[in-house]
Amino acid sequence: MNMTESTLDKDYKEAVISLLFQLADDDFLYAYRGSEWLGLAPHIEADVASSSISQDSMGHAAMYYKLLEELGAGKADDLAHIRPSSERKNSILTERANGEGFYMETPLYDWAYEVVRSYFYTQAKKVKIDSLCQSSYRPIAEAAVKVKMELYYHKLHWETWFKQLLNSTDVAKQKMTEAIARVMVDFGDVFSYGNQKQLIEKCALIDTEEELKSNWKMNLDPVFAVLHVEVPAIPEKAVRNGRNGEHTKDLDEALLTLSEVYNEDPVAIW
Amino acid sequence: MTPIHTVTDDELLANFMERIEAGEKIEADDWMPEEYRVTLIKLISMHGISEIMGALPEKEWVPRAPSLSRKLGIMSKVQDEMGHGQLLLRVTEDLLLPYGKNRGDLMQDLFKGDLKFHNVFHMETKTWADAGIIGWLVDGAAIITQTNMLKASYGPYARALQRICAEEVFHAQHGESIIMALAEGTDEQKAMIQEALNRWWESLLMFFGPASKETTGSSKQDLTIKYKIRTKTNEDFRQIFFDKYIPRILALGLTIPDPTIRFDEESRLWTYQQPDWEEFKKIIKNKGPRSQARLNLRKTSYEYNAWVRDALSATVT
Repeated sequence: MNMTESTLDKDYKEAVISLLFQLADDDFLYAYRGSEWLGLAPHIEADVASSSISQDSMGHAAMYYKLLEELGAGKADDLAHIRPSSERKNSILTERANGEGFYMETPLYDWAYEVVRSYFYTQAKKVKIDSLCQSSYRPIAEAAVKVKMELYYHKLHWETWFKQLLNSTDVAKQKMTEAIARVMVDFGDVFSYGNQKQLIEKCALIDTEEELKSNWKMNLDPVFAVLHVEVPAIPEKAVRNGRNGEHTKDLDEALLTLSEVYNEDPVAIW
Repeated sequence: MTPIHTVTDDELLANFMERIEAGEKIEADDWMPEEYRVTLIKLISMHGISEIMGALPEKEWVPRAPSLSRKLGIMSKVQDEMGHGQLLLRVTEDLLLPYGKNRGDLMQDLFKGDLKFHNVFHMETKTWADAGIIGWLVDGAAIITQTNMLKASYGPYARALQRICAEEVFHAQHGESIIMALAEGTDEQKAMIQEALNRWWESLLMFFGPASKETTGSSKQDLTIKYKIRTKTNEDFRQIFFDKYIPRILALGLTIPDPTIRFDEESRLWTYQQPDWEEFKKIIKNKGPRSQARLNLRKTSYEYNAWVRDALSATVT
């Protein structure tokens, strides 16, 4: 099956839209959390590199929202800025706050959590993007090819951090181990398609949830083997499934910030 | 037998000044008088740390930027500023070598108040229009002072500035684009820019520094001119800024928040209301509206994640 917009049937279109919302919302929130770190990373080189990754990720979100706009789902900026949290389809992991405190004041953000979340998320994104390059929906496949080029560097960056910090001082190992546990609590919906699982998988838009999970583990195995650590198990069932619009208050707070100026006048040109 | 000739400091200095006069570039390993080294360290470390502290007021608007493309634009801009900070601190680190100091010491100097950051970055931002004004006029002002140093006698600084100035041009365009959109927008949006301009005007005048050291008690401009690090005075820069931006500001239908400002045809200079230089002195002593909050933000995150720098050093050894 190789569908283009003009030949979409109703179910297929619904599947494409559902998947695009998951991809777009994931990168939008991930980029936002990354951007809160601006100016605060442990050293300046890390700041430059990670803010570049956040910027790329916001670009990926923008690309997916644009594809949604082309499918008639609404204006890309409205989709990004004015949908309430109950309509958001991002995973819980991407919405989770960086740590205590508001980014505008004096927050206490944990770099170990930033590294682990980013590394595990980037690996998850990689297996999805690899699969999406063969998507039956051509515009997604074309977008995935572009994302893939940038993702190579994101993975390299976070993998370097991950290995270095887990292979260093006792304090670093301890913090990283705690961060892994915290990240995995929220990992239950990363590979979930929520209520749209059957439809999305049937349409050959992307691999099945089980295939993605297995590929994620396979990619992490050699990295963990060197560090003499087991790849953590993905929770069987998500406590909350972001793909079904179930979210935490962290998302509500994030959306208030992300939409603050846009909501002053959503029809104005900014 | 030829007697061994020991080169005296006076001869080294004379030779050094000849090189400066001839427009040669001084490199990090070359002999240089202490006064030159210290002037460069003060100038470049302040420039570098200002780029880094300058990311903080703009960063406040990164997530709040009102569209996907504005979000992308401002993310890229603030990232560039951090990159400039990195380039400039590297240049400073080489100059600090004889003193056994490094980047960690610069951070401590910042926290102690010994290393200053630029007056504009001590100010509060209130609306999205502030993000526009910072890009358009603060970066615009920075382009004026920095392009004057593109031929600076110190090679590493001049080369870093080549890249920095090229990127600053994009930043000014980014800021101008935000302001243009607001200027063509709703009445509320138009009012937002005028308020932002009123808020930033005095800081923009202060940006170039006092006209002479009599105003505030100290000024580096004489030394930087003597060593051909720059060629123009603070007041020259301010006048260039007026020449370039006053017509553009007026063209947008905005009012300059200084009823006395006028162009004197005879002297070919702008006369204007001086900013409150007493206030300027307070600001650069970290007593501005947001000085302590921004220093505290930088210091807290630096200390809270000190374990990361420790971990990286441990891996290397």
